[in-house]
Amino acid sequence: MDFTLDKKHEMARALFREFAETEVKPLAQEVDETEEFPMETVKKMQKYGFMGIPVPKEYGGQGCDPLTYVMCVEELSKVCATTGVIVSAHTSLCIDPIMTYGTEEQKQKYVTALASGEKIGAFALTEPGAGTDAQGAQTKAVLDGDEWVLNGSKCFITNGKVADVYIVIAITSITEDKRGRKKKNFSAFIVDKGAPGFSFGTKEKKMGIRGSSTYELIFEDCRIPKENLLGAEGKGFPIAMHTLDGGRIGIASQALGIAEGALDRVIAYTKERKQFGRSIAQQQNTQFKLADMAARIEAAQLLVYKAAMAKATQKVYSVEAAKAKLFAAETAMAVTTEVVQLFGGYGYIREYDVERMMRDAKITEIYEGTSEVQRMVISGALLK
Amino acid sequence: MNIVVCIKQVPDTKGGVKFNPDGTLDRAAMLAIMNPDDKAGLEAALRIKDETGAKVTVLTMGLPKADAVLREAMAMGADEAVLVTDRVLGGADTWATSTTIAGALRNLEYDLIITGRQAIDGDTAQVGPQIAEHLGLPVISYAADIKVEGDSVVVKRQYEDRYHELKAKMPCLITALSELNVPRYMTPGGIFDACDKEVTVWGRNDLKDVDDSDLGLKGSPTKIAKASDKVAKGAGEKVNLDPTEAVNYLIGKFKEKHII
Repeated sequence: MDFTLDKKHEMARALFREFAETEVKPLAQEVDETEEFPMETVKKMQKYGFMGIPVPKEYGGQGCDPLTYVMCVEELSKVCATTGVIVSAHTSLCIDPIMTYGTEEQKQKYVTALASGEKIGAFALTEPGAGTDAQGAQTKAVLDGDEWVLNGSKCFITNGKVADVYIVIAITSITEDKRGRKKKNFSAFIVDKGAPGFSFGTKEKKMGIRGSSTYELIFEDCRIPKENLLGAEGKGFPIAMHTLDGGRIGIASQALGIAEGALDRVIAYTKERKQFGRSIAQQQNTQFKLADMAARIEAAQLLVYKAAMAKATQKVYSVEAAKAKLFAAETAMAVTTEVVQLFGGYGYIREYDVERMMRDAKITEIYEGTSEVQRMVISGALLK
Repeated sequence: MNIVVCIKQVPDTKGGVKFNPDGTLDRAAMLAIMNPDDKAGLEAALRIKDETGAKVTVLTMGLPKADAVLREAMAMGADEAVLVTDRVLGGADTWATSTTIAGALRNLEYDLIITGRQAIDGDTAQVGPQIAEHLGLPVISYAADIKVEGDSVVVKRQYEDRYHELKAKMPCLITALSELNVPRYMTPGGIFDACDKEVTVWGRNDLKDVDDSDLGLKGSPTKIAKASDKVAKGAGEKVNLDPTEAVNYLIGKFKEKHII
């Protein structure tokens, strides 16, 4: 077993790091303060192919593997978690399901534009009454001639208003099981921005990742072409779950990046900060905390990279993705909390990046499946 | 149109330089990067490629590990890469280096050769113009802007106090300033392709029309007696005086040091 990265991945990491340091880091604080989507940065990422890293070249992508994509989200998130999630939601939640379940026409039409950077993608599953329990969903789609008609709303949608292409999960039928219990059957759809009857609701004001565009989507007799059904009718739930498996690897990378970024900053800070006549890095309490954080981060990185490799080689990687996301997200939260503590009063001040990082870390334990959901997935596989 | 860009792998001097006990640069202890002027030259060539579809070849002379800058150049968009490496070429000064590179260039087709103005490890600015001399080509140095017009290039040459606008018929050689442009990033897909591509490797025997006496350490007329890092200046002297006293104090100091 060899844990060293090959030349391609080393070079890719160097590229992502240079880009993040030069183009993303200087804006991170401003993006957080203003809560404005960093469109200029996204345009640069589109230009350099960051929005289609694991997509084959014939569909406008870069032809790289999931590991390269994961390293991109990781390096971006080290300096700005908002930028990390923009790439993650676009790639894992919008491009990936079209690549996996789309027809050739859908891939040509949508993936090519998304991967080459002409368009931004989003994914809409969550509803006000349906988070972990998807059966609580209300959004419906009914076939009317050559069009599907969507009604309902989706909430907390990343890349909400800036996206051009949305994967929307909606109920297409309700069946009864043997015991007479009703079951909602879902289908997945590709919805273009500007479809008649499709509008945006409130912009969410968030604790962290404040520059990411999080919106409510509203569908009022929204009409989309019949051919925009993604995958088979009634297969929306497994499509959504498989999509989230990939998405969790992206969020795990984001969490990993946040933790690494916080550790980088606290190492520099504890060397400089003097108390009782010497740097706090010379105090054993600090040293032990740094050691614990470094060990935990490396364990998270190994789980994240393993999940990325599993996505490249296996058909099913739910458990690997769940373990990576659970551990990386909880690592990000624990590390950033500890880092703020080591910074003391300065850690609580918005001028310092670590305050933002702690707020950004929290969402990684919640979205694309809470830590509790990841535990359900992992234990479900153990007890099968 | 064929463009050859000569690039060099250099130690990154941003964080200071490190020396071996014998006074030579400790290259292993320093991060290796593509020389900034050369990178600007490559970017200029890639912009010409974007406009005209020119073929861009990158060429370097160095240790086998210099392969890394060639792959970086290909990941940015260069089409082909040539590495000139051979033990007998080691220890070359600017004369032996330019002789070697000219010997390699004689094997390649070119309309335009672009080099960086100078490398940050030697700062001589000699190799580019010397290559042009060896090949009998016109040279335009210190390019701050390059435009291709038909079979000619129009170059804005930067001097300390002015610019010259020069037009030369191709083939010719241009030396580029890092101020010429902001080089593009590599792309992830470009990196994957660059790592899969072949780099042409040439040794001494592949060099055309060169004499052994002009190569390597033996062929280098420059002898380095001693090399050292910049000497750090002292903290200086701070005085707190009113303006008249301060002027008198300064004039006294200048006289003491025979400045005035």
